[in-house]
Amino acid sequence: MSSRVFNIAFNTFREAVRDRVLYNLVAFALLMTGAAILVGQISIDIERLVVVNLGLTAVSLFGMVIAIFIGIGLVSKEIEKRTLYTVLSRPVRRWEFIVGKFFGLAGTLIVNSVCMAVGVFAALFYVSRHFQSADGWVLVGLYFIILQFLIVTSLTLLFSSFSSPLLSAVFAFSLFVIGSFSEDLRGFASMTRGISKWLATAAAYLVPNFSALNVISSVAHQNPVSGQLIVYNTAYALFYATMALSGAVLIFERRNLK
Amino acid sequence: MAAIEIQGLEKTYSVGFWRKKPKLALRPLNLKVEDGEIFGFLGPNGAGKTTTLKMLMGLVYPTGGTAHILGMELDDPRMKAQIGFLPEQPYFYDYLTGRELLEYYGRLSGVDSKTVSRKASEMLERVGLKDSANVQLRKFSKGMLQRVGIAQAILHGPRVVFFDEPMSGLDPMGRREVRDLMVELKREGKTVFFSTHILSDAEALCDRVAIVHKGELQGVGAVAELTSSVSSRVELIWRGTVVPAALQGLGAECHVTGDTARALIPESSQDAALDALRRERLHLVSVMPVRTSLEDYFVQKLRPAQTMAGSRA
Repeated sequence: MSSRVFNIAFNTFREAVRDRVLYNLVAFALLMTGAAILVGQISIDIERLVVVNLGLTAVSLFGMVIAIFIGIGLVSKEIEKRTLYTVLSRPVRRWEFIVGKFFGLAGTLIVNSVCMAVGVFAALFYVSRHFQSADGWVLVGLYFIILQFLIVTSLTLLFSSFSSPLLSAVFAFSLFVIGSFSEDLRGFASMTRGISKWLATAAAYLVPNFSALNVISSVAHQNPVSGQLIVYNTAYALFYATMALSGAVLIFERRNLK
Repeated sequence: MAAIEIQGLEKTYSVGFWRKKPKLALRPLNLKVEDGEIFGFLGPNGAGKTTTLKMLMGLVYPTGGTAHILGMELDDPRMKAQIGFLPEQPYFYDYLTGRELLEYYGRLSGVDSKTVSRKASEMLERVGLKDSANVQLRKFSKGMLQRVGIAQAILHGPRVVFFDEPMSGLDPMGRREVRDLMVELKREGKTVFFSTHILSDAEALCDRVAIVHKGELQGVGAVAELTSSVSSRVELIWRGTVVPAALQGLGAECHVTGDTARALIPESSQDAALDALRRERLHLVSVMPVRTSLEDYFVQKLRPAQTMAGSRA
């Protein structure tokens, strides 16, 4: 990574921190504390299941909101406020700016997720007073959530490179919802015929497959995640994010900054 | 080698949603700025100054023509490491302090991490922001933002500096300081290209100026060269409130203040005007040639276009 990409990424991270984005951790900490105390009192033998389910779902939702709402402004805000002018008039290539912004937001989301993971494990320890080896799968669940963030961040950058922040948010959120049901979409495609089969199949493969990246329920039940799935999901997420990011760069390279 | 060489640079935007219509922002522009000069790019608002600067900075792509800075293409990173740019009404990352902003821009310009902190301190002192170095930019006044904007443009020691309306929003002292800074930059051997619509600033500073209006170059040259093409005028002052009717016929602009009358007339009509005053037995106080300013040239160049536009309306 060139030093310019690193500097832009670091500045994006610094902006998120100073704009108090990480304050969501306070809400998350309160949620986990409340959940741990409540679950300890009302559930028998399923405390771990509830805490992992609730914890990882919260990590995913909090992160998605940050990824979408910060991601949509990463480029458009810089154009609107004209801060981009003094960056691109330097020896900074446009692709370096886009890639730097991506890494900056991805870094913010990773730091946020790691902090939240500490909260999840603390709640887990509170309700069961010990850790089990199967709790390690929670980390895989968390890793898959981070892979989802990479995809969503690259998509918001792609959308914000050609549309307004509001439309970018709508597109990104819609794709997140549709992608979460992509397995159902594939099932629907297999049941239909003719042109609708083609359309459903194309849609199922075009939208990001968040279903395959969601193992929250599985790891909450302490089921192991296969190494093959980890490799496949990693390759898939990196490929998808790279493609979306390349699209964002291609569009941004041609754009006039009026 | 010219610092900036522009050949036929033009820009047409497409406006409209369904039926795109071309909108001309800049007609083919040819311009050469020599190394080490202060060059003023003048014109009223909407003349095409900012569009030209944005094209030179690679922010907007030209629809025709080419331009070279320091002999290099506009997208060459080696060239961009040697230029500085202050946009019009600059806005910076307001969550950063002045020092952080300069260090960030310094690193992006390729200044190594060992010297960037020292350079940032030097620049903050140079633009008078030493005491506000660790204050976040969101607490800066407009004038302070302009100063930090100038600092970021010259921090990395560029050979060519581009300023877009650098005096806008500054108080008289601030304007004076920016003017002094430009002179210092010239003394250091740098080329300064700045756009403005404040003609007195350009007149005081520039080795040469170019005037654009409605996307078209109207004239280029040294201020003295341009103003010499404007017909000279003479100011006559006499006692009394009587204005001879003959003066009106000579194209004079007459004003009466108290018990003194004053007329501005073309130099070629001076003898006829003096004869008219003698015939009326008026007491002449003074005859003074009026220095032709850049403003006179500017008005002369722009007036026909505006008059035509007015008559069409």
